[in-house]
Amino acid sequence: MAWEIVIGLEIHVQLATKSKLFSGAKVAFGAEPNTQTTLVDLGMPGALPVFNEQALRMAVTFGTAIDADIGKHSVFARKNYFYPDSPKGYQTSQMDHPIVGIGHLDIQLEDGSTKRIGVTRAHLEEDAGKSLHDDFDGMTGIDLNRSSTPLLEIVSEPDMRSAKEAVAYMRKMHAIVTTIGISDGNMAEGSMRCDANVSVRPKGQEKLGTRAELKNINSFRFIERAINVEVERQIDILEDGGTIAQETRLYDADKNETRPMRSKEEANDYRYFPCPDLLPINIDEAYIDAIRNALPELPDQRSARFVSQLSLSEYDAGVLSASRALADYFEAVVAVCNDAKLGANWVTGELAKFLNQNNMEINAAPVSAEQLGQLISRIKDDTINTKGAKTVFEALWDQTGTVDGIIADKGLKQVSDMGAIEAMVDDVIAASPKQVQQYLDAEVEKRGKMLGFFMGQVMKASKGAANPGQVNGLLKNKLDALC
Amino acid sequence: MTNKTLIQISDELSAGQYSSREITQDIIADIRARDAQFNSFITVSEELALEQADAADARRAAGHAELLTGVPFAHKDLFCTQGLRTTCASKMLEDFIPPYESTVGQRLLATGAVCVGKTNMDEFAMGSSNENSYFGAVKNPWDLNAVPGGSSGGSAAAVAAGLVPAATGTDTGGSIRQPASFCNLTGIKPTYGRVSRFGIVAYASSLDQAGPMCTTAADAAVMLNAMAGFDAQDSTSVQQDAADFTAELNQPLAGLKVGLPKEFFGSGLDPQVADCIMAAVKQIEALGAQIVDISLPNLELSIPAYYVIAPSEASSNLSRFDGVRYGYRCDQPEDLMDLYCRTRAEGFGKEVKRRIMVGTYALSEGYYDAYYVKAQRVRRLIKDDFARALAQVDVIMGPVAPTPAFDLGSNTKDPVAMYLEDIYTLSANMAGIPAMSTPAGFVNGRPVGLHIMGNYFAEAKLLNIAHQYQQVTDWHLQTPTSNTAKGA
Repeated sequence: MAWEIVIGLEIHVQLATKSKLFSGAKVAFGAEPNTQTTLVDLGMPGALPVFNEQALRMAVTFGTAIDADIGKHSVFARKNYFYPDSPKGYQTSQMDHPIVGIGHLDIQLEDGSTKRIGVTRAHLEEDAGKSLHDDFDGMTGIDLNRSSTPLLEIVSEPDMRSAKEAVAYMRKMHAIVTTIGISDGNMAEGSMRCDANVSVRPKGQEKLGTRAELKNINSFRFIERAINVEVERQIDILEDGGTIAQETRLYDADKNETRPMRSKEEANDYRYFPCPDLLPINIDEAYIDAIRNALPELPDQRSARFVSQLSLSEYDAGVLSASRALADYFEAVVAVCNDAKLGANWVTGELAKFLNQNNMEINAAPVSAEQLGQLISRIKDDTINTKGAKTVFEALWDQTGTVDGIIADKGLKQVSDMGAIEAMVDDVIAASPKQVQQYLDAEVEKRGKMLGFFMGQVMKASKGAANPGQVNGLLKNKLDALC
Repeated sequence: MTNKTLIQISDELSAGQYSSREITQDIIADIRARDAQFNSFITVSEELALEQADAADARRAAGHAELLTGVPFAHKDLFCTQGLRTTCASKMLEDFIPPYESTVGQRLLATGAVCVGKTNMDEFAMGSSNENSYFGAVKNPWDLNAVPGGSSGGSAAAVAAGLVPAATGTDTGGSIRQPASFCNLTGIKPTYGRVSRFGIVAYASSLDQAGPMCTTAADAAVMLNAMAGFDAQDSTSVQQDAADFTAELNQPLAGLKVGLPKEFFGSGLDPQVADCIMAAVKQIEALGAQIVDISLPNLELSIPAYYVIAPSEASSNLSRFDGVRYGYRCDQPEDLMDLYCRTRAEGFGKEVKRRIMVGTYALSEGYYDAYYVKAQRVRRLIKDDFARALAQVDVIMGPVAPTPAFDLGSNTKDPVAMYLEDIYTLSANMAGIPAMSTPAGFVNGRPVGLHIMGNYFAEAKLLNIAHQYQQVTDWHLQTPTSNTAKGA
């Protein structure tokens, strides 16, 4: 039977506010436990929340960026449940009146087409603390630094039909939140994480299948894998005549499987009611318009500009506009080297490779955009060849000097002096009688391949600095002249 | 020093008749000598009080004394006091020492007032008789067989017994006014949002409001001046300029329109209490007021609506008492669920658990609309009733409670009978309007309070009326030892 996969995502974005959602404590990652807290975050008796207006601005900014309805009257509600890292015994969230209503997001599919994914709502809520299970002799430690950190929970419609679409949606969301500057988008630190609602149904069937909710996935790679293994699990069960249980499951990346959460981790009735300690938030059209008018260039707009102004391919434009930091970096490179195509190649090629290998975000790249721009300029003015440029890039990555300094120190300056190259070519031909004979004996169409040996010898003799184009031309002429 | 008013003590401190240290020492000695019979204090704070008293004396010597500088008072044990145990009369917080001071406490300390201790109360402010205390029931100084009212029963008894000239209270459904009525005090619940709730352990956040309990209306006005004012730390605090609640005390009452809601004088009201109230109303009429019959048709609904909304909020507010971070924790919990269940089962008293369960039920899926949402609708009706009435009249008067103080133990078996005690007081909290009680006579030696309710932010008007009434009566000057006036 052919199956259709149905996916909806709930993305939690940690907002990059200076202080917490309901207290003046700083939002900081990795601080000593319980140092970034006030009476409010600790849930002390009598402590009261005060709403952080910066979080409201960020939520409204997001809403305008996805062209959503903005709640002019939004209300905080208490979600009641007991858990040790929930210091008040409830989470302050939004239920009936969220700050952001219905909106949408367009994703690019692999075939190049665009698909619109519905956004049901986005609401503000506070994060919980963390339970620490190590180093406490069988007890549990509670760190409330994260308590009351502002989150925007973005709920999609069940509009995605493959794990790849879910990843594309998540990436697009990442691009938007980083572009509008409401989050650092750092998934490794949990600034962006998602729950995926996954179900399958026979192709053509209207009714949705029973869904499982995959909790707390915190990387693009894991979203794809988690959804795929879950889909496989559900199809296996259904094809064996079984039924899917509606439940919450966890993705175990090490075992690459999903498993049900213990039922105790699931709360059934959250007893939502409007939080009596906080007033409803009322905003007017002018407030929303001012924010809408101040929106920066959004990823789709930037991508379109990369295609129209810089003549990039749709693909490169999409990759480079996927995060504000990456797009800013790329544009800074192009500003220096004035070559969008080469700039795109280097940013999506060598730079991306090094970032990946070192598991690093663009912001942390040790090679600055200016340096990469200079490096590309040196390729363009024939000072160095591509191979030499890669050597320079590696040295820049290790922060061992400037572009020109490294070129000089490593003697990478390309030799384009015809006389010097000719002398090296002659030396190589003279020193390789056997290979010359083989070249002469070979059929004409196979000689091109055999040229490689001589190329290698000359480049070696020049320590890689000879202009490869010139070497190639000279070798061909001289060898063919021997025939 | 028994039964001196706050203003009297303030004057005597100014006149140099004694120092703050001296009167603070006297008061603490008096509490230690006499309070065993009332049980009105949970904690006496001698060391901190004397530090504060010395600072007040130094301030006076430096010429910076304010009205309350050096004047001793007591806090209901629901106000967080930095470095001083705050129990909420619960085993749950038996040993809890807050690391911070409530906004009200900070304001009082900033004027130089001296906190001598923390008063007994119904556990987490849930009750109308002060019998729901982990630290034992409070006795009414007017009659040791009677309850002092609740939940601010300890504050009421302490002031009535002359142990302190003033105390703070909180009023969620009558918890200042009813004990003030039962103990012959002047107590006012301000407009919701007038006094910051920051640092006051929450019972029902949308109803809780703190206020003073004193002998006279003038004292209450001075206390309220110190307690009230906008606080950025409480989002429900009202952004109003600080008012001077003493400013209108001496205004004549000529032309005042007083409404008497017929629902306040129905069959549930003790006829002798009704006589006291009508006599008081007559006297106010004699002062120039005009008496008008009005109706608050939804008054009766305030009991069921209150007993849905307050427990709902309480069930959530009290969730933080889970044995994880502070407060009571059960012995040797087997696992997390056992920790939660036993900590809360052992740490909370019966009435608190009853209200948590009622509230949890009212908020649960499938019942929420039928209970909580409906109760909020009723609340709107009650608000509208008052809006209509207060468009017609300046203030509303009636009894605070259907009866004078009842005997200890007489209502404890029947929680619903106890809830009916609050019939006249709940509606002011539901609407958020200010309301107060002022002494208006006695029934069989037990005090009766006159209930005065007004429009939002009309505290000065209410205090004015009470003060003018107190100028022509001496009910408020009666003390349990001096009292000879029986019956109205």
